[in-house]
Amino acid sequence: MTSLNTNSRAASHGMSDIRIRNLFIIPTILFLIVFNIFPLIYSLGYSFTDFRASSAAPANFVGLQNYRALLNDPFIWLNFAITAKYVIVSVTGQVIVGFGTAMLLNRDIPLKGLLTTLLLLPMMLSMAVVGLFWKLLYDPSFGIINYTLGLGSFEWLSNPDMALYAVAITDIWMWSPFVMLLSLAGLSAVPKHLYEAAAIDRAGPFYTFFRITLPLVAPILMIAIIFRTMEAFKTFDLAYILTSQPTTEVISIRLYKMAFQEWQTGRSCALAYIVLIMVLAITNIYVKYLNKVKER
Amino acid sequence: MAAVQTRSERALNRVAIAAVLVITLIFLAPIYWITSTAFKPRNLATTIPPTVLFQPEISPFVKLFTKRSQLRVAPTPEEYAAAPWWERMVFDGGEKIVRSGRGEVQLSGYPNRFMNSLIVAITSTVLAVGMGTFTAYGFSRFKVKGEADLLFFILSTRMLPPVVVAIPMFLMYRAVGLNDTHWGLIILYTAFNLSFSVWLMKGFIDEIPKEYEEAALVDGYTRMQAFFKIVIPEAATGIAATAVFCFITAWNEYAFALIMTNRRAQTAPPFIPSQVGSGLPDWTVIAAGTFLFLLPVAIFTFLLRNHLLRGMSFGAIRK
Repeated sequence: MTSLNTNSRAASHGMSDIRIRNLFIIPTILFLIVFNIFPLIYSLGYSFTDFRASSAAPANFVGLQNYRALLNDPFIWLNFAITAKYVIVSVTGQVIVGFGTAMLLNRDIPLKGLLTTLLLLPMMLSMAVVGLFWKLLYDPSFGIINYTLGLGSFEWLSNPDMALYAVAITDIWMWSPFVMLLSLAGLSAVPKHLYEAAAIDRAGPFYTFFRITLPLVAPILMIAIIFRTMEAFKTFDLAYILTSQPTTEVISIRLYKMAFQEWQTGRSCALAYIVLIMVLAITNIYVKYLNKVKER
Repeated sequence: MAAVQTRSERALNRVAIAAVLVITLIFLAPIYWITSTAFKPRNLATTIPPTVLFQPEISPFVKLFTKRSQLRVAPTPEEYAAAPWWERMVFDGGEKIVRSGRGEVQLSGYPNRFMNSLIVAITSTVLAVGMGTFTAYGFSRFKVKGEADLLFFILSTRMLPPVVVAIPMFLMYRAVGLNDTHWGLIILYTAFNLSFSVWLMKGFIDEIPKEYEEAALVDGYTRMQAFFKIVIPEAATGIAATAVFCFITAWNEYAFALIMTNRRAQTAPPFIPSQVGSGLPDWTVIAAGTFLFLLPVAIFTFLLRNHLLRGMSFGAIRK
């Protein structure tokens, strides 16, 4: 403060708006640069070395060798393929269950508010803890899922062919409510008079759905899909806790193992960069849609 | 829907209601199951067919909070009579509670991890929401060069997979001694939540009419006074909602906590799964730990139900 007497007329201006703006914005930007951008630059340096955090040996510059080795490693591509499969299965499942539930909820249903709130509970829980208790539910000998579905001692998590789907089912359980919530917002924004007009024109339910409901909900549904795609791409906790099958080793798990179990620090930094570029590409699409919907 | 319903429409509605109820029940079943397991005696936790009706017990919670040893011989009648009621329940499970030399009950690792979770989640929430509110106001009320790019930058920090950031953070923390400390996690979670807090708070502050502050400025308030006395109270609901979202994120975070902590500052999410280990896990104790951990989030979800949509979509969509 420049003024000594805060009650004086001069003090009514206080700090200039520019100074206040800078005071409010700059610390946050600096904080994010120091704790997000700086680490990434730091690791960019390491990605060109053979550094191992577990040994005292100094880092040697190896140029693009890490990147070349990673891009030529069929197992890394397998990890990406597993991630892609996981993203497709779980996001498709979430859209079907979430949008379906939203369609059902979008009528005069008693206790609608309470039911919606209850349905939201799964997505507020910790992925790690959810993974843990789904392990109990999936247990082949005493799990409630096999008992309810009459599957006997069906193996969910220790069966390599099934494990990825088991993780995706848990993810669908957790995140369908998210798609439902966004779809519900989209559905409730569709003007009622469009349906009335369609009813007068004796339009069938299919025509009404594909010509009125879906096009109007599509932008919000698209946001939900992009958001979930991004999150599913990052998956770590759920798959890591639920099972340790090679068929569920998504890219985050591969990265974690490379960095903190095999201690190939340099190479894992390079892999992190490859992942980073992919995420930034998806983020760009996401933000574009976000702005588009905001403008509506 | 139309005021006059045909018979087929009413039938359709009834089918929809039934379907929604069934879906809700399916979605809640896992949560019900973990909760009920937390109140079961150990021998009923893994029975087939599953036990639905049972006498609820709190012994899983006693076991969760205390260190126990296997009882080789049954307690003497005197020992049994002298023990408090909660300790007797553990006797009945063939275990006894370990005491220190001075006779104090030895606690298990759980209370400590639960406290760590509270410390880290609350502190990082306060920091993220505090800074986020200031920054959101700055973006909402003043002209900022390259505003869209800066906001995109802020958002993008949240989009990175945690493991990607964790590798260099681990090396940096090791260099400065922040590994396995509360502050280490607090800083990370603050950075993580800050982007979210800015975006959400900007949405709330944008909705407060500028005229309120302008009127205050005319009345002789400084910008700062107007911010604290007009904007903050108007944005209180938004601040509360943002805070709860940040708290839940920090409370639930797993990957950073797994990588950055191992004992002193470990939070509950990496701790609870590590207790399953090998051999025969006591699922009632794990369920009890999980139940206590989920409880705050369940309460907050209920309180927050009207803000959920905004929070989950970075404020892009309002109800």
